[in-house]
Amino acid sequence: MTDDSWPLFEVFLRGKRGLNHVHVGSLHAADAEMALHHARDLYTRRNEGVSIWVVRASDITASSPDEKDPFFKPSGDKVYRHPTFYDIPADVPHI
Amino acid sequence: MTEQDLEAHFAGTIEKMSRIEPRDWMPDKYRATMIRQIAQHAHSEIIGMQPEGNWITRAPSLRRKAILLAKVQDEAGHGMYLYGAAETLGADRADLTEKLITSRQKYSSIFNYPTLNYADVGVIGWLVDGAAICNQVPLCRSSYGPYARAMIRICKEESFHQRQGYELLMTMMRGTQGQRDMVKDAVDRTWWPSLMMFGPPDDASPNTDQSMRWGIKRHTNDELRQRFVDMTVPQAEKLGVTLPDPELRWNEARGHYDFGPVDWDEFKAVISGNGPCNAQRVARRKAAHDEGAWVREAALAHAAKVEGVKPQAVLDDQNQILQDDQSERLLATSEATQ
Repeated sequence: MTDDSWPLFEVFLRGKRGLNHVHVGSLHAADAEMALHHARDLYTRRNEGVSIWVVRASDITASSPDEKDPFFKPSGDKVYRHPTFYDIPADVPHI
Repeated sequence: MTEQDLEAHFAGTIEKMSRIEPRDWMPDKYRATMIRQIAQHAHSEIIGMQPEGNWITRAPSLRRKAILLAKVQDEAGHGMYLYGAAETLGADRADLTEKLITSRQKYSSIFNYPTLNYADVGVIGWLVDGAAICNQVPLCRSSYGPYARAMIRICKEESFHQRQGYELLMTMMRGTQGQRDMVKDAVDRTWWPSLMMFGPPDDASPNTDQSMRWGIKRHTNDELRQRFVDMTVPQAEKLGVTLPDPELRWNEARGHYDFGPVDWDEFKAVISGNGPCNAQRVARRKAAHDEGAWVREAALAHAAKVEGVKPQAVLDDQNQILQDDQSERLLATSEATQ
């Protein structure tokens, strides 16, 4: 690791209006503005995006796969949150 | 969870053809193998800019120059996607660059051959990128998620590379006898090195089994080499060039083209540093890195100076988001009142 390394940024792209920003990869840049320009050159050379977010990788808080089971457990036993949980007679229209 | 449980969970994920993601537990050897493979792939893209970059200033027209610039820029981009994927495994970017410029990590042997005439640009697109596509399409299903996603992006762009090369060669083949001779010269020099791009034959490739089990590799070297030959021969016929292999012929019984033996001694010599351009390629990469040091330092100093002040582009983007949100709310309100 040399002193002149730039920090890592994660890049998110909105492919077109009406869609969410989606993570596409990462890059190094000295600051956020440079990261935006690099992201444009790196991830949108063929009109892949209409809007870019960059965020320092070190600023992201992520859930860990180690705690995967307990972390997502609360939703595991709540089948009543899904529409298929409910029996509706076949002759009831539009439901 | 015990080490055994973790291993079983890892194996199960691969068994289900699901993807391993960055923060998942993985065997140390999987991580090391993956980092090595991705890094060597990234290095190949970066070094791969040089043979073609050689012809940018001498491209015969503005159209060809613009195409070549775009292609070389893509190679840089591919290198960046791949370094990014390697970093998700804990590799350090500066360290990877260091390993390349001190020759402690390898890159594809093909880039150690010179580009002696302009037709080499076309032949690289057709044969070298064609071979790369054969290698890379199965890697879009690699078990390691970030690598597979980078490969999908890369494969989309490689198709442009191959087609521009083939079109360039078609144009030259319609030209003068001198131009056709240039194409023949370039094809004669590049055909065998492109077959070597698939790596040593299966019986001399000890890691293939493990890599197939881990979903790092989906086909053996020889399978991919055969696939490339089968794809390329009809393209050569259409182009009107003869591939430099007297043993090349269709084998009805196998349903494949037979081809002559590859000179594996040459491959070993080139991969271990004794190809025509190894020293030159690494020296050029090292010079670019060293000469860029002041830029990296200056940009960091500038970033430190303006820290706390948000760059205009970030503010613009934030304003745009606010506007988007506002118009969405307005839309929702007007729909609700209808």
